[in-house]
Amino acid sequence: MPYWIIQTLNSLALGGLLFLLAAGFSLIFGLMRIANLTHGSLYMLGAYVGISVLKYVPNLWLAAIIGGVIMAVFGGLVERLILRALAGNALGQVLVTLGISFIIADLCLMVWGGDPIPVPTPPALQQPILVGGVTFPTYRLVVLAIAVVTALALYLLMDRTRIGAMIRAGVDDMQMARAVGIPVSRLFTAVFCLGAALAGAGGIIGGPIMSAYPGLDADMLPLALIVVMLGGVGSLLGAFVGSFLIGAIYTFGTALLPDLAYVILFLPMIVVIAFRPTGLFGRQSV
Amino acid sequence: MTFNRRRFIQATGAGAAALVMPTIAQSQTGPIRVGLMTVKTGPLASGGIDMERALVQYLKERNTTLAGRKVDLFVGDSGGVPAQARTKIQELVERDKIQVMIGPLATAEALAADDYIRQAQLLTLSVAAAEDMTQRKPNPWFTRGTSTSSQCSMPLADYSHKTLKMRRMAVIADDIAYGHEMCAGFMRVFEENGGKVVQRMFPPLTVPDYGTYLAQLKTDIDGIFLGFAGSNGFRYLRQFNEYGLRGKVTPIGGMTALDEAVLRNMGDEALGIVTSCWYSAEIENAINKKFAANFRVDWSYDPGFYAAATYVEAAVLEATLNALKGNIEDKPSFMKTVRNIKVDTARGPVSFDRYGNVVGNIYIRKVERKDGRLVNRVIHTYPDVSQFWTYKPEEFLKNPVYSRDWPPAKNLES
Repeated sequence: MPYWIIQTLNSLALGGLLFLLAAGFSLIFGLMRIANLTHGSLYMLGAYVGISVLKYVPNLWLAAIIGGVIMAVFGGLVERLILRALAGNALGQVLVTLGISFIIADLCLMVWGGDPIPVPTPPALQQPILVGGVTFPTYRLVVLAIAVVTALALYLLMDRTRIGAMIRAGVDDMQMARAVGIPVSRLFTAVFCLGAALAGAGGIIGGPIMSAYPGLDADMLPLALIVVMLGGVGSLLGAFVGSFLIGAIYTFGTALLPDLAYVILFLPMIVVIAFRPTGLFGRQSV
Repeated sequence: MTFNRRRFIQATGAGAAALVMPTIAQSQTGPIRVGLMTVKTGPLASGGIDMERALVQYLKERNTTLAGRKVDLFVGDSGGVPAQARTKIQELVERDKIQVMIGPLATAEALAADDYIRQAQLLTLSVAAAEDMTQRKPNPWFTRGTSTSSQCSMPLADYSHKTLKMRRMAVIADDIAYGHEMCAGFMRVFEENGGKVVQRMFPPLTVPDYGTYLAQLKTDIDGIFLGFAGSNGFRYLRQFNEYGLRGKVTPIGGMTALDEAVLRNMGDEALGIVTSCWYSAEIENAINKKFAANFRVDWSYDPGFYAAATYVEAAVLEATLNALKGNIEDKPSFMKTVRNIKVDTARGPVSFDRYGNVVGNIYIRKVERKDGRLVNRVIHTYPDVSQFWTYKPEEFLKNPVYSRDWPPAKNLES
């Protein structure tokens, strides 16, 4: 029984981490209609930047905020200077994001070297805690809590604010949104900044679990893709449900059917796409 | 400089001679063209860059001269992608005209290049651990001075049973041939000694998180063998502590689980862990002391597995060239000589078996703190270990290659 409690907590914690990664990816995908293949790199770069920030600011949460802001600026520059030049050419934009991800990977290698670098767990959270008779890492529960709070904040932003309404309008029908005077191009930049900030902060917050190492980008990007494909492009609820679904499928799948560890993540995605191409919560965009 | 008739005849004559008899024109006089096939970008870059640094250091210490001939070094970067490794090796051979190759780094790269190495008859001193390249399908141009996957894990199995008194163990390794081979070798020796491997896990190489594997880990066992490569051992151990498993289960590790390269970013969580490898920066011999000290001066960290790998291969190359008086052009006699050579290197004395694989010391190491940094202190040495451990080569080779399925795991408990 304690075993199932641990695995349940594991799946929730992994889901939380995945949500931090996938929320921004989903928003960018939904609004700009491009799969931003730098997303994994933004996550990795965020982790590395966080490590450097931690040298000056010995507080993980502050480092996550600073790192998130730095990544937002970086994301904004990428969108304004590079993606903007290829406006209307979705295929070109996807390819250029792939190119940028290679550049970021090599830059990280040059600056931070090829060895894995740990992100220290905040001292207060280092000791595992006892939950219902089982020991579980405290930090992972905190990550789960952060993910839930972030999800709520994003929900309020998207559902209760004017800018959120404009983003939703852009996701649903971009031409109509333009026609009624919504500055869609400025929204692009804003959403890209937000997505980059979420990925970067996620990289730092995930740091004590994942560390930063070359290849982290390629490990994370497929996970973001799977979550968003499953949950539905551009849907916050989809990203949220998708993250926890994938967290659970991954955790219980590898525990019960270890030989299927590779396909277990992709099976549900294939099934969902076959029967519901827009994902669980995605809407047909016009 | 005026170009008079005499010069013209000299130049064209030499050129013509070179065209007619290329090997003779090059032989004995020109520089030796050495290729290093390594990885300088992507996830394996850390080790690959160390390979280049150590090889450059070796050559620098000898004034870039081996056996009286200058050495030209050409470096190829595969990014760790097997298909690209093959292309780059071809480029090194056909464009840069290398005469001997050190590398490639990864098992999959060596396997991808196997055919080409045979076809081009490329003298290869490799680091990659793929068992069958020196066992059931030996490549006549392939020599390995480091170790096969299981060459270090079999002595560790012996040590963990006899000295650490472990009886019930779990094994976990990356789900790649390297991980399977290491675990299989460990399991075979451990169980033949009377121990039991009661749990076995193969997480995917790029697993995002070990939480689910840590939750499954049995705690009524004496220890767990870690067969990880790259940064995975490092991540696993950190999460191992996170889950409060430290003190409940004793981890021990294969040759790449706690390499010097990851130790320098680790903390107390690594202290006291026993691993086995054919190298440690702490080996007490004159060659290694000088190597490690110089390397530390240049790069301010300890050399590990990959740095030592090229440093050892370079020593093997130099000794072979010395025996041949620098004549690398005669390929068959190079291969014959390299497999009969005995040379003292940073890892200790090295010789080769008839399959082209090294016979050398395997060290049992323990992580300790020394001068403020973590080191792998040598606590026991198994001298002159071959890839066949204590088995007879002929009998060893009758069995299938080590894998997920062989030897069969008989004692797993669900």
